[in-house]
Amino acid sequence: MSIERLERRQGAALVAPALIWTIAFFVLPFAAMIWMSLTHMEGRQVVNEPGFGNYLRIFTDPSLFRGIVVSLEITSIVTVLSVILAWPLAWIIATRVPERWRRLALLLAVLPFWTSYVVRSYSWALVLGENGIVMQSLIQIGLLDTPIQIMATRAATIIGFVHFFVMLLTLTIYSNLVQLSPNYARAAEDLGASRWQVIRLVILPLTLPGVVTGAFLTFVLCMGDYITPQILGGNSELTLPQLIMLQLGRRGDYPMASALAVVLMVLVTLAYAGCARWLKMERV
Amino acid sequence: MRYLSWAYMAVIYLFILLPVGALVLFSFQDGRLPVPPLKGVTLDWYAKVLADRDLMAALGNSFLVAIGSSAVALVLGFMAASGLSRVVLPGSVLMRGLLIAPMTVSYLIIGLGLLQVFNTVGVRPSLMATGIGHVVINLPLCFSIIYAAMGEHQRNAMRAARDLGAREWQVLALISAPMLAPALAAAFFLSVTFSWDEFIIAFLLTRFDVTLPVEIWSMLRSGLSPATNAIGSLVFLVSIAVIVTLELTLFRKARK
Repeated sequence: MSIERLERRQGAALVAPALIWTIAFFVLPFAAMIWMSLTHMEGRQVVNEPGFGNYLRIFTDPSLFRGIVVSLEITSIVTVLSVILAWPLAWIIATRVPERWRRLALLLAVLPFWTSYVVRSYSWALVLGENGIVMQSLIQIGLLDTPIQIMATRAATIIGFVHFFVMLLTLTIYSNLVQLSPNYARAAEDLGASRWQVIRLVILPLTLPGVVTGAFLTFVLCMGDYITPQILGGNSELTLPQLIMLQLGRRGDYPMASALAVVLMVLVTLAYAGCARWLKMERV
Repeated sequence: MRYLSWAYMAVIYLFILLPVGALVLFSFQDGRLPVPPLKGVTLDWYAKVLADRDLMAALGNSFLVAIGSSAVALVLGFMAASGLSRVVLPGSVLMRGLLIAPMTVSYLIIGLGLLQVFNTVGVRPSLMATGIGHVVINLPLCFSIIYAAMGEHQRNAMRAARDLGAREWQVLALISAPMLAPALAAAFFLSVTFSWDEFIIAFLLTRFDVTLPVEIWSMLRSGLSPATNAIGSLVFLVSIAVIVTLELTLFRKARK
């Protein structure tokens, strides 16, 4: 056997276990889910006659279609707000904070990242509730007479999400900013740009890859998350993941849950296609 | 602009740190509700949490699943990265894509798919099932971190070892692994953090032996309680301790 063939055989043998694992526990379940989404329930029994009934229902039944709209709305608002809040923070840490404090500043900015995800959502419920710190402080300083209901509304979900994604985006944008050579800004200043013009016309466009990567991550994680909307948003309006869990838990309707999951998947893929130009996922 | 910067920083740090601050503060609440006013300071809730057998069992389960699944993901990812960096196989690009693919899919979808397959073949929900799911989500991570760390330098050393008569497992264990130690450690600890805190797959794929996030989830059903704050604060402190230790030992060395 030639050396080259031996090398190839050994290389293949090394890759095989990981590939087999991925195929057995990712590709196969995924295919099974797509197949399942084409079947439907009759009573408590899954009927294996492929058809697009579930998808038709998703797009015609208002209570299901609403989930897609709610998810897309919440995700877009969260993504935009998080970018707007995170960019200045990343920029301040990268350019205004003295170098020796930078790591500490960054660490503080992402500290709650290390709490458990479930606990993080819960802690917002604690803060935003009628007796929570925020309402009580607002009443104390006389801005409010009675507490406003934020918990179990969309606002609470959005606050919880923005909190998480500001941290995430600060990291991605910061790592982009520190890679930029200060020469760009210097050159623009030499050519007579004001400080604001430097930021808007030079720095901001150069950080676009970091912003898009972070925004895409935000989109994917926000669309697919069940915990935050369930703990903070309650059951007043359901997101796609909440609907999926509802089909599973209360109804045991696997085909419908699968169809909704496929819709979720398609939406994320569309988002990826939209950002693909900026995303260099293979370098992650 | 300078003052504006500091003001902005102060406001946003308040926003970022407020919930954690409230969480920790009211875990010491001497009363039944973790909301203001602070009635007094007590460690009772911590004592209660540490004496709670279900919680401590869940904590143990979480560690077990996290360490087990991360170890498997690390070994599989390391082998795959060595194999793929070694020779150009037909379909290398496709294989890389396939190995990274789970990273782009929501955990909920991965959990749902596994649940259906496990149901069909009759595998009961268990810690093992959750561990399998966690390997699926962490394998892409381990693979890409190790693959990215494998440069020409490593490849030459591996080739030299082979020329000198080392067997394949010797090359991996005695040459690649020590050379890639920082990347391997980073991949392993990142996996542990993800797995230990993962909720939705664990929620779908466990029934009686649950992991900590699932146990905390069920605690939430009984409403706000300083006990939940206490367990949340403990998780937070443990994570911080791990991060600081890593920062002071592993990453400091790696940066030099």
